[in-house]
Amino acid sequence: MYQIPADPHDRAGTCKILPTKRGIKADFARTNSDLLSGSVQNQVFSLFQLILRFEHQSQFVELKFAVGNRRCRCYVTTEIFTIFQLGAGLMMECNCIEPQWAGDDLLMKYQYISDFFIALAYFSIPLELIYFVKKSAVFPYRWVLVQFGAFIVLCGATHLINLWTFNVHTRTVAVVMTTAKVLTAVVSCATALMLVHIIPDLLSVKTRELFLKNKAAELDREMGLIRTQEETGRHVRMLTHEIRSTLDRHTILKTTLVELGRTLALEECALWMPTRTGLELQLSYTLRHQNPVGFTVPIQLPVVNQVFSSNRAVKISPNCPVARLRPLAGKYMPGEVVAVRVPLLHLSNFQINDWPELSTKRYALMVLMLPSDSARQWHVHELELVEVVADQVAVALSHAAILEESMRARDLLMEQNVALDLARREAETAIRARNDFLAVMNHEMRTPMHAIIALSSLLQETELTTEQRLMVETILKSGNLLATLINDVLDLSRLEDGSFQLELGTFNLHAVFREVFNLIKPIASVKKLPVSLNLAPDLPEYVVGDEKRLMQTILNVVGNAVKFSKEGSISITAFIAKSESLRDSRTPDIFPIPSDNHFYLRVQVKDLGLGVNPQDVPKLFTKFADNQLLATRNSSGSGLGLAICKRFVNLMEGDIWIESEGLGKGCTAIFIVKLGYPDCSSDPKLQSLPKVSTIIRQTSFPGLKVLIMDENGVSRMVTKGLLMHLGCNVTAVGSRDECLHLVSQKHKVVFLDVPLTGTDGFEIAIRVREKFAKRHDRPLIVALTGNSDRITMENCLRVGLDGVILKPVSVDRMRSLVSELLERRVLFEGQ
Amino acid sequence: MEGVAQLRRQLVDYLTSLFQEGFLDNQFTQLQQLQDESNPDFVVEVVNLFFEDSERLLNELTKALDQPSVDFKKVDSHVHQLKGSSSSIGAQRVQNVCIAFRNYCEEHNIEGCLNCLQQVKQEYSLVKNKLETLFKLEQQLLAAGGSVP
Repeated sequence: MYQIPADPHDRAGTCKILPTKRGIKADFARTNSDLLSGSVQNQVFSLFQLILRFEHQSQFVELKFAVGNRRCRCYVTTEIFTIFQLGAGLMMECNCIEPQWAGDDLLMKYQYISDFFIALAYFSIPLELIYFVKKSAVFPYRWVLVQFGAFIVLCGATHLINLWTFNVHTRTVAVVMTTAKVLTAVVSCATALMLVHIIPDLLSVKTRELFLKNKAAELDREMGLIRTQEETGRHVRMLTHEIRSTLDRHTILKTTLVELGRTLALEECALWMPTRTGLELQLSYTLRHQNPVGFTVPIQLPVVNQVFSSNRAVKISPNCPVARLRPLAGKYMPGEVVAVRVPLLHLSNFQINDWPELSTKRYALMVLMLPSDSARQWHVHELELVEVVADQVAVALSHAAILEESMRARDLLMEQNVALDLARREAETAIRARNDFLAVMNHEMRTPMHAIIALSSLLQETELTTEQRLMVETILKSGNLLATLINDVLDLSRLEDGSFQLELGTFNLHAVFREVFNLIKPIASVKKLPVSLNLAPDLPEYVVGDEKRLMQTILNVVGNAVKFSKEGSISITAFIAKSESLRDSRTPDIFPIPSDNHFYLRVQVKDLGLGVNPQDVPKLFTKFADNQLLATRNSSGSGLGLAICKRFVNLMEGDIWIESEGLGKGCTAIFIVKLGYPDCSSDPKLQSLPKVSTIIRQTSFPGLKVLIMDENGVSRMVTKGLLMHLGCNVTAVGSRDECLHLVSQKHKVVFLDVPLTGTDGFEIAIRVREKFAKRHDRPLIVALTGNSDRITMENCLRVGLDGVILKPVSVDRMRSLVSELLERRVLFEGQ
Repeated sequence: MEGVAQLRRQLVDYLTSLFQEGFLDNQFTQLQQLQDESNPDFVVEVVNLFFEDSERLLNELTKALDQPSVDFKKVDSHVHQLKGSSSSIGAQRVQNVCIAFRNYCEEHNIEGCLNCLQQVKQEYSLVKNKLETLFKLEQQLLAAGGSVP
């Protein structure tokens, strides 16, 4: 039994605390027994709690219990009580002096402080949480946080409220405490339940994080790999660029070795090229040795075969002959060696996607050595690099070879060109020499000939004895013969070198035949050979062709007929060749197709004279052919006549041949030539043309009404004077409008001064043309210009000018130009 | 007769010198050929017309080149006219300067144009003097009773 000290606040009474089996029994003895509630008296309290409160006038005493670490106080009356040790070994000590902080109170104090700090901590945790969660943007578990926060806060609150319960406290405090505890319990249970769901998630987050980290590590590794490859690729590109930037074989190979050496940090790099015989490989280039001594190895080495048989880079032993380039120092470990084949492509084998089947199969060997005494190994990407480079080198070499080839070919061509040029010039010189010779000879020969013939014919007119006459006749005949010969030779030579051109013109065909007839008639009548001429009725009168040569041909053929006939008649027929009659000709290679513009004239000259052996027919047309028939007669005939005729006929796109049934049976000479129909509109002019077309140059043009337009006064006056001097009736105007106004059909020619630049003058031409729609009435429009280039000429042609005259123009020139203009109605001349 | 022969010779020499110095060219000869009985004063007329025309053109050119902003097209057309006239009568030196003048016009080179204008004026006055002297000699010869070669 403990005596509890009295409350200094003057309490009175006694309390007996008796331990029982079930708990503590508090016995109170008071002076005022009504102070105690009946519930308290004789009640058994649990060990945990014994709170006795007396609120009456502070007559109470405090009972303090320590159960474990729980302390309890009670206030009872002023008497001191003692508390017994309980059966469970529980020692309780009670100091009922209220403000006394003795040994028990130290613990209490610590409890107090701890509770306070706990509360503080508990309150600060949520604040921190809130602060950091607010800062972080992403936190998926806000609800959990709230719960947790509530839980913490309530715990804190509980602890805080606990602070008040160390002393005697009011019921409110107890209630609040209880509420807090209840809430805390609820929330903490809820949180615990929630965490069951959350924690696996969080853990999985953790796992994912770990997974991602692993992945990142892996990607890093792969990045490293890719970068390495990229580096390699870059090296390859650079190497290729270096290699391909030159077309010189030597440089290519040297550069390859240097660049490879640099890129792969090689100790040595060597290239073995096959020799001409193809039986050995010769060391051609190395990286370190400047001038490699001519090492050779036979090409049939197993290691070489091994490398050549595959298009990949192959690791070879450092001790094999191709790799043993340096004298072995013995000490160090040689680095790994790799060899790759480099195809030497034949030019014609250059296929883009098709390396494998090369017919020549010539390879060079490239050997690469890593530095010795380093632990370096050949990596896959390095091997790939080497293979790629080998291919590129092959391509570059073939390009170099192609270039060499083409250079050689070009040089050859140039030489040939030079030679050809020289030959051509020589030929030209020869031709020119011949032409000059012929021209000179022609003139030189004709002059005396002319003299001979003229004088002999004059001599014939004089009084001569018979003998003399005979002699003169012979001289004349020989002279004529010679003259003909000269003419023929000249003609033929011109025909031969292709410089001969037909002079086409419109002429009267019937007249030609008539003339030939007239020419041949006297000779034939001397020989008593009747000659008949039959012209088909549909044969046109006027045709376009080379009159002179046609006449020459007909004359020659008819002449031959007369010459080689002793008797019989000669008939000349001419008609238009029809397709049927053409087919039976002996010349299958001509397919004459008459058209609107031209027709084919067929002339047959039949005689009943000597005839020709059919076998000799082809020979007739060759020059100077030894024709026995001619030789037997003392006739005048060179062998050239028919040859020339043939040439002429061919030029006229026709053919000539002779049909004969044999010697003594006469022969028929037939030829076909192409002639053109003349233009209809020039028909009327033809009537006025003289039979022999000679151009008469007029010396003055009396009364020719002309119009001059020139903006420059001085120039106008000069031109006017010029034309007036030539006798024209000149009207001179200075402006275009005046020109248009005054021009009329009475003016035969309009001279327009066309300025050097611009095409204004042409507009006038167009206007004037428009003014005169009918062609034959319109004056001729001629431009006077100082500009002689093609463009002006083309412009003039384009606008339909009839002529262009270049300034400055002299009187004589103007005279001839105007007459030519009037003659031809067109005038385009150069300077 | 002495006087006439001397005058004649003088005229011929003078004319030859004009050709040799390049003042006149073949065109002038052509002009002389055009002169005949029907057209006795042809050459004088043409030359006078040339003088009038050229003076007018030279004034126009001076005015045009004096402008603050030169109208090169107009200048070019005047020069072209002058060139045409001078070539028509055979004033060779004037013609040559005109050709150069036209080049400067094309390049729009004012300095060059002004230079050329000066030159043209110079050449023109030279040739004018020469021609006037020539005509005077001719008159003298005709007055003395001779005939122009």
